[in-house]
Amino acid sequence: MAIKDYIRERFFPHMWCPGCGHGIILNNLLRAIENLGLKKNNIVMVSGIGCSARISGYVDFHTLHTIHGRALAFATGVKMSRPELNLIVPMGDGDALAIGGNHFIHAARRNINMTAIVMNNRIYGMTGGQYSPLSGYGTSATTAPYTNIDHDFDVVQLSVAAGATFVGRTTTYHVQQMVDILQKAITHHGFSVVEILTQCPTYFGRKNNAGDGVEMMKLYKDNTTSIGSKKKQENPDLIERGIFVQKELPEYCDEYKNIIARAKGK
Amino acid sequence: MEKSVKFVQGNEACVEGALYAGLDFFAGYPITPSTEIAESLSFRLPKKGGKFIQMEDEISSMCAIIGASLTGSKVMTATSGPGFSLMQESLGYAVMAEIPCVIVNVQRGGPSTGIPTHISQGDVMQARWGTHGDHSIVAMTASTHQDVFDITVDAFNISETYRTPVILLLDEVVGHLRERLDVPPPGDIPLIERLRTSCSEGIDYHPYLPREDGRLPMSDFGGVHRFNVTGLYHDMWGFPSDNPGVVQGLIRHLVDKIQNNVNLLARYKEYHLEDAECIMVSYGASARSALHVVESRRVRGEKLGLLELQTLWPFPEQIVREKCRNAKHILVVEMNTGQVMEMVKSSVDDPGKVFLANKVDGIFISPTDIRNILRVVQGKGV
Repeated sequence: MAIKDYIRERFFPHMWCPGCGHGIILNNLLRAIENLGLKKNNIVMVSGIGCSARISGYVDFHTLHTIHGRALAFATGVKMSRPELNLIVPMGDGDALAIGGNHFIHAARRNINMTAIVMNNRIYGMTGGQYSPLSGYGTSATTAPYTNIDHDFDVVQLSVAAGATFVGRTTTYHVQQMVDILQKAITHHGFSVVEILTQCPTYFGRKNNAGDGVEMMKLYKDNTTSIGSKKKQENPDLIERGIFVQKELPEYCDEYKNIIARAKGK
Repeated sequence: MEKSVKFVQGNEACVEGALYAGLDFFAGYPITPSTEIAESLSFRLPKKGGKFIQMEDEISSMCAIIGASLTGSKVMTATSGPGFSLMQESLGYAVMAEIPCVIVNVQRGGPSTGIPTHISQGDVMQARWGTHGDHSIVAMTASTHQDVFDITVDAFNISETYRTPVILLLDEVVGHLRERLDVPPPGDIPLIERLRTSCSEGIDYHPYLPREDGRLPMSDFGGVHRFNVTGLYHDMWGFPSDNPGVVQGLIRHLVDKIQNNVNLLARYKEYHLEDAECIMVSYGASARSALHVVESRRVRGEKLGLLELQTLWPFPEQIVREKCRNAKHILVVEMNTGQVMEMVKSSVDDPGKVFLANKVDGIFISPTDIRNILRVVQGKGV
């Protein structure tokens, strides 16, 4: 099947800015799904609000474009009702971890089988460049004209602490790794988190003199490294990429099947 | 199958009604005075293969039932005051995306944390206008456990028929009072099942194109039709649109599908209205006290009547106007500062004859409270 069989062509060209990384994520997510041979009728994509959330409009799956921050809560209802469906939940960094932070940690804690993709561009793009919980100390944004004094989350550490049974991180520069991690996350039986660093040249790049889309991607090449690499030991400031956690634990919908059996006295 | 007789709380009567109606999925968060609904369903639902989940808050509870409804499940959540406030945004989503669901609000005293273990009927206007933007909504209530059961079944039927959220506005007294409930045998009360599309695979399915009768056949998530659901204004495929014609067409559809069926949606009970000189208009637990006053005064030959409203939204203006036409006085009995009284005033021919008998101190309005106000209204002194 060709990639174009997975998209709703009438909605292209997409609405993302020139140089935005979100299109790269869309592309590689579809490649991962194609490699896995998943049936379109078995995929439900649930998104929230923001630039990232528009991804659900472009794909030819069952798509649920919800409200800001609550995508995982909607997805929980879908998954519990129909556990056989594949749930993919792409979210922005503000969507997933500011307004939706509570749902994020609780979905992870339940280990409900779905794939949360945090499209982390460190900024609120749709509203015009305000700082997000992942912007980080010292960055600039339209609501941080004197620089940002908020510290950021480490998405990976947060997810691990909350109980996610699969946690990965990659960037829009490392597309082969992105496909690989997404495939493993989607096939993982439990709650999987994939953080993807994705550039927003329009707002984050401009406000922080980070250059255009290409320059920002080059930064991902330079300031990230594989987990536990020699480079990381030499330069602890580098951001690690790869799969941090991958373990099998009882999955929520499976557990609920046991509840039903217990309730029925079997 | 024989009917089954139970001695239950109003909250349990609601649970019985929901299960009778075919509830498949419940998501909720503990809050007084509605918690018994969640507790009971956590026990009952898995016995029939249904699903119960206690979410991290009321926001996610409302979101989860919407997600579950899209897969074809009959869904419900239950909450009280503060939780109902938290649900407002996603309630609006269910209105916009036309998702069948039932939301129970067992009212307690507000605003804010208010008085959690005591009665109020202060959320009537919130049920109507709590979520932002123009819209229509269905909200129903009941005063006895038998009626709570019936109205709960009705709420599911209406939500499936009109593809709309339906709010059940119970209150603390009805919720916690214990009385007899007869659960009818299955089949006694007709159930309206979800209308599903007859389009087969490969045929272009329009999830938001109403049939001639206004109903929208659905297709379950996971089925053969893949479509988009969004809280944005959307076209007949469910895709976002800011085309003025699409926007206007959708808001008119959302409002009209309810407002054009006000009388069809109206549920009410009437007691001695035919010759009543003074008509009480009441609902929920308050109607129990009002009915007591009516029945006890009728014995003495006083021409009192009661119009008990069970559908609060859309407000049955025409019915209220016609029923109250010949009354000298109309006394609205409710436990708030006059939320339904204002609606009654705007419905009747002469708003000057509408009075309020209310109580807002957390204590249930008693027949004596009503009688005291009645004396004043009837000009019999204080």
